[in-house]
Amino acid sequence: MRADQAASPQRAVTLTEQFKGGLAAPICLTWELTYACNLQCVHCLSASGRRDPRELSTGECMRVVDELERMQVFYANIGGGEPTLRPDFWDLLDYSVAHHVGIKFSTNGVRLDRRAAQRLARTDYVDVQISIDGATANVNDAIRGAGSFAMALRAMDHLAEAGFGEFKISIVVTRHNVSQLDQFKQIADAYGARLRVTRLRPSGRAADNWDDLHPTAAQQHLLYDWLSARPDVLTGDSFFHLSALGAPLPGLNLCGAGRVVCLIDPVGDVYACPFVLHEEFRAGNVREPGGFTRLWRESELLLRLREPASAGACASCGMFDACQGGCMAAKFFTGLPLDGPDPECVLGHGERELAKVCLPDRPQAGPGHSRSSAPVFVGQIAARAAT
Amino acid sequence: MICENPVAFDLYRAYRLNPAATLRPEPFGALAYHFGNRRLSFLKTRQLVTVVRLLESHDSAAGALDAAGVPARERARYAAALAALADSEVIDAR
Repeated sequence: MRADQAASPQRAVTLTEQFKGGLAAPICLTWELTYACNLQCVHCLSASGRRDPRELSTGECMRVVDELERMQVFYANIGGGEPTLRPDFWDLLDYSVAHHVGIKFSTNGVRLDRRAAQRLARTDYVDVQISIDGATANVNDAIRGAGSFAMALRAMDHLAEAGFGEFKISIVVTRHNVSQLDQFKQIADAYGARLRVTRLRPSGRAADNWDDLHPTAAQQHLLYDWLSARPDVLTGDSFFHLSALGAPLPGLNLCGAGRVVCLIDPVGDVYACPFVLHEEFRAGNVREPGGFTRLWRESELLLRLREPASAGACASCGMFDACQGGCMAAKFFTGLPLDGPDPECVLGHGERELAKVCLPDRPQAGPGHSRSSAPVFVGQIAARAAT
Repeated sequence: MICENPVAFDLYRAYRLNPAATLRPEPFGALAYHFGNRRLSFLKTRQLVTVVRLLESHDSAAGALDAAGVPARERARYAAALAALADSEVIDAR
């Protein structure tokens, strides 16, 4: 989220405090258009792969756009799955932009050929974000699949050739690519693109691989220093748990779930945030009477998330004001209590708590939409669970 | 944020809500979004929202502050908030 400016005649009240009570509509709405994906990334938040037959139709998607326009949701972050695999993707993009809902979409580049890039360059009010998870083919393809690095770079070439302007290159930080941060920045600079670096959450297929993919404590320090020195790198506000290491990183630095953030999934289910695709955080479905608007305003779940939360086990920690206890989704899927430390707490409190959690007690993310051949990064989880 | 070329704000000029920007009412005041530069701004009091909406019908920003009933001791802070909004192009001189 870019919160550039706070025009504040009353300095006493912080934005963070005001946002905790929730907004009239989300600022950061993620909308996953399909579970279909040509890739099978090992850390996919939505465990995508196969299309779900219950996915919203073109008409239903347009009704959602109408609602977003009425609620003055200024833009939607479109993802998936791979959103461009939907045959109506370009029509929905045009419809949305015409209805004053800007589109920022994430893609692996599969459909971003010359023609698509030229079309995007002609459309105002569209942002494109290309995902890579390694600055080299071997590191990237181990996470995203064979050939995915070359495919993403081809798409970037097309955008650059078409004169699209500043697109984004989006990276999820893992143990294996954290040493490549400078190389990612070089790739972005070479394309005149903006680098966006976000946190790995143990959601979707990443729940199975998190133990092996999430950065080590030493790497978190390195990441914090790197980001602190580069305020032009976007982070989607996702590293606020690192703020306990020193000065806060730019952003709101709070868990926005249900307050300023939410997710609409391909079948119309509304979740409190993009990282908690689990029944416990499902507010309802946009097909219900009142649609998305009623869910945002009246859902019991979302209203509860806007109430003041207890700091729980973190109450006695002097850093709570800085890190706010970290990410709800990261705690939930690693089996930690929501009112305790983040599993990646920089003071090590999370690690101590994790040691008490029995792996089979971690919440199950449901079957997801993985194809049967979905890879598991390494087979350590089962081995550890058995001991 | 470092602004190399901040837009000069003049309390005695006429302003308006930029046609490329829109206000969304919020419990604390409003969110402003500029469709051109894609920047999000926060108007942190309802009175500031009133001031911004009154700009169009007054010959000066100072006139809008008066019409919104901003007390003298608050004026400097409201002027600073308007200057910030001018800088992010939420309001512009007319």
